[in-house]
Amino acid sequence: MNLIYNEEQRMLLDTAQEFFAERSPVSALRALRDRNDELGFEPALWQEMTELGWTAIPFPESLGGLEFGYTGMGTVFESAGRHLSASPLLSSVVLCGSILEQGGSATQQESWLAELVAGNKRLALAVDEGSRHNPHNLALSAVRTETGFQLDGEKVMVVDGLQADGWIVAARTGDAADAISLFIVPADTPGVEQKRQNLIDSRNTARLTFTHVQVAPEQLIAELDKGAPILESALDRGRACIAAELQGACEELFKTTLEYLRTRVQFDVPIGSFQALQHRAAWMHVDIELARSSLMAALDAIDSGDAQAAQLVSLAKWKVGQMADKVSSEAVQMHGGIGVTDELDVGLYFKRIRVLQALLGDADYHLNRAAPLLEEA
Amino acid sequence: MSAIETFRAETRAWLEANCPESLRGAAASGELVWGGSQVEFANEDQRLWFERMRDRNWFCPDWPAAYGGGGLSPEEDAVLQQELKRLKCRPPQINLGIWMLGPVLLEFGTEEQKQRLLTPMTRGEVRWCQGFSEPNAGSDLANIRTTAVDAGDHYVVNGSKIWTSYGDKSDWMYALVRTDNSSAKKQEGISLLVLDMHAEGVEARPIDLISGKSSFCEVFFDNVKVSKDNLIGPLNGGWTLAKRLLQHERSAMSKFGEFSLPTHFDLMTILGDYLPDADTPSDIALRARAQACALDEHAYNLTVQRMGQQARARQDVSGIAAIMKLVHSEQEKQKFELLVDAMGHRALGWDGDEFSEQELAISKAWLMSYTQTIAGGSSEVQLNVIAKRVLDLPDAPKGGAK
Repeated sequence: MNLIYNEEQRMLLDTAQEFFAERSPVSALRALRDRNDELGFEPALWQEMTELGWTAIPFPESLGGLEFGYTGMGTVFESAGRHLSASPLLSSVVLCGSILEQGGSATQQESWLAELVAGNKRLALAVDEGSRHNPHNLALSAVRTETGFQLDGEKVMVVDGLQADGWIVAARTGDAADAISLFIVPADTPGVEQKRQNLIDSRNTARLTFTHVQVAPEQLIAELDKGAPILESALDRGRACIAAELQGACEELFKTTLEYLRTRVQFDVPIGSFQALQHRAAWMHVDIELARSSLMAALDAIDSGDAQAAQLVSLAKWKVGQMADKVSSEAVQMHGGIGVTDELDVGLYFKRIRVLQALLGDADYHLNRAAPLLEEA
Repeated sequence: MSAIETFRAETRAWLEANCPESLRGAAASGELVWGGSQVEFANEDQRLWFERMRDRNWFCPDWPAAYGGGGLSPEEDAVLQQELKRLKCRPPQINLGIWMLGPVLLEFGTEEQKQRLLTPMTRGEVRWCQGFSEPNAGSDLANIRTTAVDAGDHYVVNGSKIWTSYGDKSDWMYALVRTDNSSAKKQEGISLLVLDMHAEGVEARPIDLISGKSSFCEVFFDNVKVSKDNLIGPLNGGWTLAKRLLQHERSAMSKFGEFSLPTHFDLMTILGDYLPDADTPSDIALRARAQACALDEHAYNLTVQRMGQQARARQDVSGIAAIMKLVHSEQEKQKFELLVDAMGHRALGWDGDEFSEQELAISKAWLMSYTQTIAGGSSEVQLNVIAKRVLDLPDAPKGGAK
């Protein structure tokens, strides 16, 4: 198992760090937030990311990709995390792109995947329904009609769902637990109502309501009732990328917190000289290191087709998520009064970290899902 | 064939012919051979392996031949270690003298000391123990009070040492002693002495722990005469040598661990046996805690792997290395606490046939786990080290580990 970035990946990491630091620092997110931007990212930035080839990273050459894998993708996500840079890379490329890569017909790949990679179009994945992530218990139904399918139900937490060119919708098509099918629903389809879910991280999140929505048969991805494994695999790639973004955000926030501990003076000494704070900071370092190893294992497992990839992704989402909760809480607490003001970026990190922690399954969800790893080898 | 390839071929052939089959692979606990004047062998194979390696001068293969070493170049030594590992050969003997004192003697000893002390080491004739900690010098090692007073042609040593592993079975000790009280800095005025454990006035008493019998001893010195040529390095310059010695401790411990069979208790398996149905909120919570603990162990193992890969890629690993002992010992302790929670009174047995062997072993291991977060730098000291050396946080106004 390869747990460190190789030279090429390190070069990509450096490029991505520089790019986001310069083109999309935290002030860019603050500006989007202050003008209550519904799109939640800068189209010009997204265009540049596309030109750099980052939307092509995970796909095979036959589909116009760079075959640079999810470890390569991880470098971009952790860099974006460091600067809280907003883009639809997760929703459109990682989640929807990987569904189309694995399940899409040649026509679907041509009319959608190629366009996603080129940045001409943007799709968002509609999967969650309840208050917590639970993709195995979907209620939104797709029923066969004479002309195709009719969709009825509701989706929440649709990342970058507003102003998208369409959505990939996970729908129940049978009574069996895994009778799930995936449909491409273009944005101009009648019967879809979009509503903004304005979350603490100020990003683009939507609630979609489907009322008698008619979908043509050629919009079905892969076979009827056979969407669950494709969905699960795409979710795992998304979860690994979210873990990478979290890791980057937490490492950066920890750096900021250490700097504050070194420079903030109270009782005539830097507060970082207090052992009570030193030990808490040391434990944060421990968790960051353990989380980093879990993250690297997950990315490598996806790239190498490891039989335990799903469990390793859950180990990473659990460990990184748990670390992220702790690091973000401690960062606010250690900054004291100024830590709870909007003026400081600490709060923006805290809010983004907490949304990412919950997204596609929080630490509790993935604690259960990682359990098979513990069966004696 | 290049010279080094010839050496590899010869070494491989010799090891295959001379390392008994029964000494390949990890040893059960208590199955390792400790070199010394009272060396004991559990079987004939152990004796053969010990004598063959000794006679080939491979107890200390990379030491100079002049002191009984094998005289191998670093490249040859690396080949030998690879071949030993390939065949999973156990070390022919365990000897703290070779692993810890030896390298320091080679660097700082006089020619006479090297001849006199290293040669018997390379023959496995002397068992060494370490005299560092004292009742008042644990985490604060520089606080030692055992004194060595100049009495003309010798020193007179008084005081006591604690946590000396196998102090009662060792022939010689390397010890830190105070030779000058006048300095304001307590790190100054400390010297490194070697002394004969059979000398008059030395007494070693085993220490019973909360887990029962142990290999740890307390060692008392009552007017012990130590010849002046047993001072290693400069008078009052022992602190530097001690730090150097402790650098060798980690690699010595890893060698020791590598060849002992781990007494591994699988948390989730045992939990399943004692808590087959978790249906109350508290039982479910206990299972969740156990699952988290076991996954943390998984993350730790991945971190061990990652550290190795980073080191091989010549990246800085100091930040990872600093967490390893802390994480491992704390995780082990937490794991046993969970087992005790799940097993109830079955994990509280001391001895007798009321309890299964595994239950008694878990009780002992649980109690022993408390030594792991204290010995070799307590968790609190580890956290201090991370805070200062890795995170670069400022020193406390006074006191604290440096």
